Amino acid sequence: MYRYDELDQRLVDERVRQFRDQTRRFLEGTIPEEEFKALRLRNGLYIQKYAPMLRIAIPYGLLNSNQLRKLADIARRYDRGTGHFSTRQNLQLNWPKLHEVPEILAELATVQLHAIQTSGNCIRNVTTDHFAGVAADEIVDSFVWCELIRQWSTFNAEFSYLPRKFKIAVNGAAKDRAAVAVHDIGLHAVKKNNEVGFKVLVGGGLGRTPMIGHVIRDFLPWPHLLTYLEAILRVYNRHGRRDNIHKARIKILVKERGPERFREEVEAEWAHLRDGAGTLTEEKVSYAQSRFTKPDYEKTGTDHVFPSIPGFNAWKKRNVHPHKVPGYAAVTLSLKKTGVPPGDVTSEQMDAIAELAERYSFGELRVTHEQNLVLADVRERDLPRLWHQARELGLATPNIGLLTNIISCPGGDFCALANAKSIPVAQAIQETFDDLDFLHDIGELDLNISGCMNACGHHHVGHIGILGVDKNGDEWYQVEVGGNQAPASLGRVIGPSFARAEVPGVIARLIECYLAHRESEFERFVDVVHRIGIEPFKEHVYGEPHQGTARLPRELVAA
Amino acid sequence: MASLIKGRRVFHASLSLPKGEVLRLEPGDDPASIGNRLACAAWVEVSFPKFGDGRGYTLARLLRERYGYRGELRAVGQVTRDNLQLLERCGFDAFLLRDGEDPHEALRGFDDFSVSYQ
Repeated sequence: MYRYDELDQRLVDERVRQFRDQTRRFLEGTIPEEEFKALRLRNGLYIQKYAPMLRIAIPYGLLNSNQLRKLADIARRYDRGTGHFSTRQNLQLNWPKLHEVPEILAELATVQLHAIQTSGNCIRNVTTDHFAGVAADEIVDSFVWCELIRQWSTFNAEFSYLPRKFKIAVNGAAKDRAAVAVHDIGLHAVKKNNEVGFKVLVGGGLGRTPMIGHVIRDFLPWPHLLTYLEAILRVYNRHGRRDNIHKARIKILVKERGPERFREEVEAEWAHLRDGAGTLTEEKVSYAQSRFTKPDYEKTGTDHVFPSIPGFNAWKKRNVHPHKVPGYAAVTLSLKKTGVPPGDVTSEQMDAIAELAERYSFGELRVTHEQNLVLADVRERDLPRLWHQARELGLATPNIGLLTNIISCPGGDFCALANAKSIPVAQAIQETFDDLDFLHDIGELDLNISGCMNACGHHHVGHIGILGVDKNGDEWYQVEVGGNQAPASLGRVIGPSFARAEVPGVIARLIECYLAHRESEFERFVDVVHRIGIEPFKEHVYGEPHQGTARLPRELVAA
Repeated sequence: MASLIKGRRVFHASLSLPKGEVLRLEPGDDPASIGNRLACAAWVEVSFPKFGDGRGYTLARLLRERYGYRGELRAVGQVTRDNLQLLERCGFDAFLLRDGEDPHEALRGFDDFSVSYQ
């Protein structure tokens, strides 16, 4: 866990004071609305459909139990007792009051939390692998690099007003669990001759123009990390489009210039910055490292005999993950129970989860970009007890990596931008696929839902992606298949959109088609799509007009 | 009357008369275009036509760091209490406040943060 030093704390405290003053001046009428918008957004405050929304930063998704208790307390006192974990590993409150936000920020600052740069046209919260520091396939502990980037990007004067928002992801393990190819900048740690460096990708992103990032450097030695980022941001800040909000992301600049020319411009800029004041040194990196607490692992046996309870076995298979320290495991607490909006937790659950984190995982937890929570350092022998307790809290649904582990944005129930609701669609699909045995038989499947083309629910990289669209004021849903987070691929639309009630039936048809075509249970849905293309899926969904698409084959549900 | 802040003091902008050429950069301009005239400039103005257009921040850093400009660097346009400190950190040392900004209130903007990471 990162612990603030004096500088960190002072900056956060001064930010609270600054925003309190800005809010006061806005309410008194001396800051114009448009300008206050830019100021409040960089403090995570949106004006939503029914009320403001406050997005609280969870830097790189790492959280301790005290912080979670504070979040529970804030949600209870300033909201309606629920928080929503987002795909950028942050926590959103949907009902705070504008004039109380400075107070909320002051409370957050007491536990080393804030809402800095969680929105607005600036560098956002850096995201990473939720198994950072514990993954068996670790190359580097990405938290340290994320923290260095966080500091560099926080209140970076030069990059305060970029053409558009800017998202950076860092992956420190062999397997990419941070979806680096769909970020403005993606950094993937690499080791070459025992030297640590980063592969640098630029220009990926989702939204209305989804694109996969281009590698502009195969190996950037670590001392140059920040100066190189600075060079990229500088080229973007000067040349990124500002005339059209839909063309303002760096991906459009990279596309218009071509990745090769863009790379040349970055390298030319970097030639001036290289080895300058921003260069990282051993000293700077070890100082950042020293601010992180390390779990005090005990030597523990690895030959546990676990009770043979079907529910426990299923949970262990799906929600328990390998750990680099023998005798330990990482555990995902599923926030995807049927009937609960994906990523939502109540204050009571937050308090209980804080308790679990203290009892089983050194008081720490992580937020995943799939909107679940992870206890990263659990002794294997504690797994049965943890399972019992998590189950009582409704947090042990054994569905990680499965169809019902749906990523979803808050959608039209809350968001002013949404064309359509997403939460009821997620729930209807979860209800349709409530049979656990069938769910496990379908195997790994990412299903992502966005309520509009801004793609907060990452529908382009779901194996099945659902997008809410507006047709003459009605809510319709477009379905894509074949997307993948990493290695990144973008889904393709299967055809005309559907009414909400039809969606679960369509998903059932897609699954039916997949099961008919898969060569073995090891061939995942997305593998089949990539092997046979979308045509067979299309035909299976649209091809039999006499049956229609709204009816769900009953034998399939019962299977 | 437009207010000019320099060295944490407030002046009437109209009393600031140039001794030499005033150079001006718009957000889309390349500082290389004035690179060879910097030495004899009275001052250099960088324009901020919109509050949210941050190109001028990069231009200031380039003028200071790449072109070695040491003279007066003046931010003009949407210059308000809420961006003064950011402007200063990028190398501006003169600030022509937007019409209607209270200059004495604005001065407090320089104290928003007492430290920085960069």
